[in-house]
Amino acid sequence: MSDELSMKEDRVWQTMGLSDEEYERIRELLGRDPNYVELGMFSVMWSEHCSYKNTRAVLRGLPTQGPQVLQGPGENAGIVDVGDGLAVVFKIESHNHPSAVEPYQGAATGVGGIIRDIFTMGARPIASLDSLWLGDLSSPRARRLFSGIVAGISGYGNAVGIPTVGGQTVFHASYESNPLVNAMCVGVMRHEDIKRGAATGIGNSVMVIGSTTGRDGIHGATFASADLTDEAIERKSAVQVGDPFREKLLLEACLELVARGCVLGIQDMGAAGLTCSSCEMASRGGTGMIIDLDRVPRRETGMTPYEVMLSESQERMLLVPVPGREKEVREVLVKWGLEAVVVGEVTADGMVTLTEGGAVVAQVPAKALADDAPVYHRESSKPEYVERLAAFDTTGVPACTDPGGALLRLIGSPSVASKRWIWEQYDHQVGAGTVIGPGSDAAVVRLPGSKRGVALSTDCNSRYCYLNPRLGAAHAVAEGARNVACTGARPLAVTNCQNFGNPYKPEVFWQFREAIAGMSEACRALGTPVTGGNVSLANEDGETAIRPTPVIGMVGVMDDVELRVPMGFAAEGDIVMVLGATRDEIGASEYLAVVHGVEAGQVPALDLEAEGRLCRLLATAARDGLVRSAHDISEGGLAVALAECAIAGSIGATLRIGSDGGDGGLAPDRFLFSESAARAVVTLEQSRLDEFLALAAGLSVPATTLGRVGGDRLCVEFVGAAGTGMRAGAGAWRRLDVGVDALRAAYEEAIPCAMQG
Amino acid sequence: MKLGIVVFPGSNCDRDVQTAARAAGYDADFIWHTDTSVDGFDCLALPGGFSYGDYLRTAAIARFSPVMEAVARYAALGRPVIGICNGFQVLLEAGLLPGAMLRNTSCKFVCKPQRVRVEVAPARTPFTLKLRPGQVITLPIAHGEGNYYVDSETLEELELGGQVVFRYCDESGELTAGSCPNGSLGNIAGICNKAGNVLGMMPHPERAAEDILGGADGRLLFDSVAQWVQGGGRIVG
Repeated sequence: MSDELSMKEDRVWQTMGLSDEEYERIRELLGRDPNYVELGMFSVMWSEHCSYKNTRAVLRGLPTQGPQVLQGPGENAGIVDVGDGLAVVFKIESHNHPSAVEPYQGAATGVGGIIRDIFTMGARPIASLDSLWLGDLSSPRARRLFSGIVAGISGYGNAVGIPTVGGQTVFHASYESNPLVNAMCVGVMRHEDIKRGAATGIGNSVMVIGSTTGRDGIHGATFASADLTDEAIERKSAVQVGDPFREKLLLEACLELVARGCVLGIQDMGAAGLTCSSCEMASRGGTGMIIDLDRVPRRETGMTPYEVMLSESQERMLLVPVPGREKEVREVLVKWGLEAVVVGEVTADGMVTLTEGGAVVAQVPAKALADDAPVYHRESSKPEYVERLAAFDTTGVPACTDPGGALLRLIGSPSVASKRWIWEQYDHQVGAGTVIGPGSDAAVVRLPGSKRGVALSTDCNSRYCYLNPRLGAAHAVAEGARNVACTGARPLAVTNCQNFGNPYKPEVFWQFREAIAGMSEACRALGTPVTGGNVSLANEDGETAIRPTPVIGMVGVMDDVELRVPMGFAAEGDIVMVLGATRDEIGASEYLAVVHGVEAGQVPALDLEAEGRLCRLLATAARDGLVRSAHDISEGGLAVALAECAIAGSIGATLRIGSDGGDGGLAPDRFLFSESAARAVVTLEQSRLDEFLALAAGLSVPATTLGRVGGDRLCVEFVGAAGTGMRAGAGAWRRLDVGVDALRAAYEEAIPCAMQG
Repeated sequence: MKLGIVVFPGSNCDRDVQTAARAAGYDADFIWHTDTSVDGFDCLALPGGFSYGDYLRTAAIARFSPVMEAVARYAALGRPVIGICNGFQVLLEAGLLPGAMLRNTSCKFVCKPQRVRVEVAPARTPFTLKLRPGQVITLPIAHGEGNYYVDSETLEELELGGQVVFRYCDESGELTAGSCPNGSLGNIAGICNKAGNVLGMMPHPERAAEDILGGADGRLLFDSVAQWVQGGGRIVG
């Protein structure tokens, strides 16, 4: 065919993102030249987004096993057992490039895609979280992207009726041209209702259900796998358009199909649309599939087979129904105002065969598309900056002379400040299950028909990950575990979203490899296996890469949501304690960055054993009703944690440091702003103190009494021998004293003010 | 009491209303939007959500759902009907209550706990028996178009007729501009028809029906209508 000849001459595969070697490999697998449709199918399935060809070898190091794991990586979402016959389904996924180009639709369809991944498994989605990373808010572009992304998440999530209960938002110049939108969704179901994306039973029908197919999102997966250059930004047609109303209908229809027992196998049509869903379902089932493209419902006329196969039109599913139930499936979909059409059947030949007008237009082994993408071992080399920045000596940092001012600056910096401006735009309550909402360490959602609840958090400190990817990624896991443990939950498992720059750059690949190693180590130590996630590479504008951002989505479980622990100080007179040891660790800290303008130094050390013991202490203390509040200590150290407890509880505290050596001999600023890991602030009633101290001692967790809750000021005084580590000139203050109202004002007004700018 | 919850395509608080009713000890079942009968229910609820996606104008399409004729007949008999959030918007579009909703003045969706002042005597509606005039309760709001608007003549009618049931207020019950989350005329959060049996409100009582969800003030509305039903559709004790 002349078409194929010119294809070869023009090396069309290159424009589709395939290398010459990859093209040769496709020829070998097929035993002939691929036609244009087939080449398009390979190009999307072999994109990094779908195949993980650059990262798969490294990702194999992640721990994925555990008694709680019902479904590990490789399906639409991971599943863990939470007891009472209930299973929790969860996954996080990026929608970074679409959000950079079309912030509203990019973020909205990111939310839509991850929600579908959850109900595809047969679960009812009960919560969403979003981890957002944007440029500095002083930039108009960052503000525009920020507004659009938040509006998109709000517009989609609110309409579908799934509460957006948490997440994180960080601002840093490295995300200026390439923001990150990582959306996580969590669902619940009974064990027996679990559905998988496999096409089984030769001769069984294959149905397309949900929305129609249009030209939107063609080559979205390829777009997502390349650098975000100006040229790429022109490719706006690669961004899909979301319809949350149809998603809501599809959600209810799918859950009704599951409840009626009509579903044998089902898969969302997300990235790479019909191509991905057909070859993955066939490959998992060890089968093939023949699809008559003429029967696929369209929303546009004149679409070619290539366009139908590569469309990423949203709100569609590929379904293999239980034989004989096709009519019932159609009735359910029609009831919900959607389409359901038998488009083909499951075959024994292992091929994905596509026909149009009775003629075969493409025929490719399902396994070749889904599983036989090349695996690359990319070159990796340690970037020059790592040693240089790690060598920064924090002993030379001048002592803080105005602790109150430093604290106000910290809690008023957008990354630390209240995210109320964001989450008040999200319906975080729909579903009547949110028992701890946004603005806490972790959100807690109760499980319907059970006393149990899940605690959910997303975490990453990308400054740590930039300075030390291995340690930084381990910190992300540890902080996630600590966050869910603070609410009283046991950390159970994680999903992850690996956001990095261009993997062809050895320095970027080194960051990735190191981060995965650190994450693996932490997940193993804390007993929280990885059940899935997503890799997003090429997050750069052609020159500068984002900081490495391996985001962790942590899921914990508690047996009784009545015993959940809030973050804020609860009552006057309660004892305030700090758990864990504070060391001189202001390297890589928020304090160093915000107050001294330095992003360097050693990332705080991490003792994973100590993290595990702290988590056990927090969960046990909650179960026994010993603590009245608990809050993780992370960015900004003890000072920021105390301020957040005071703001959340609308009550102050009077604390005296050092009467029993709790300062570890550190200078006051080091003690207050150090980001030593494995720490938390808890409060408890005097009457429970002995019991709590015994529990802490049994788990070898240092527990130091600081003072008591009360008043309308946060007052921290260094007494006796405390602060003896102070250097000359630092002795000017031994007391931090700030009104809770002033703290609240700085905390609450930072983002609204920046957005008016 | 048996509550009937009308489910439109895109309703998303239907299950929450059921959860709240059941937590309060009442029976609650769904009515599909194509049903033409609402027999067997003691009270009807039109829940929140985004009926038909609310793409055209909130609730503009839902009013044409077949079930709405039955809802109108039910309301005309003086039986209790409550529309919450999108359900309120449906009642407005259907003409069962006067006025319309504009976008919030902030042009943003807003979800937060909101203080609301009770404006009517307990017996004014079946839903307020357990509330007292001037009482300040806290109910969550969650909407992008809750900016109530009506022409001045009708507004005066509403005011004089005691049809304004709830107003947004601050902690002490004052009707400040800062305490109005959406720009509604007269801080209006909820209104009833002349007879009092049809109530529309933007705040979500079903989201505040259990202490574990952050408050139980909303339960008072469920308990009120249950008491009303128990008394045979009259006001009792």
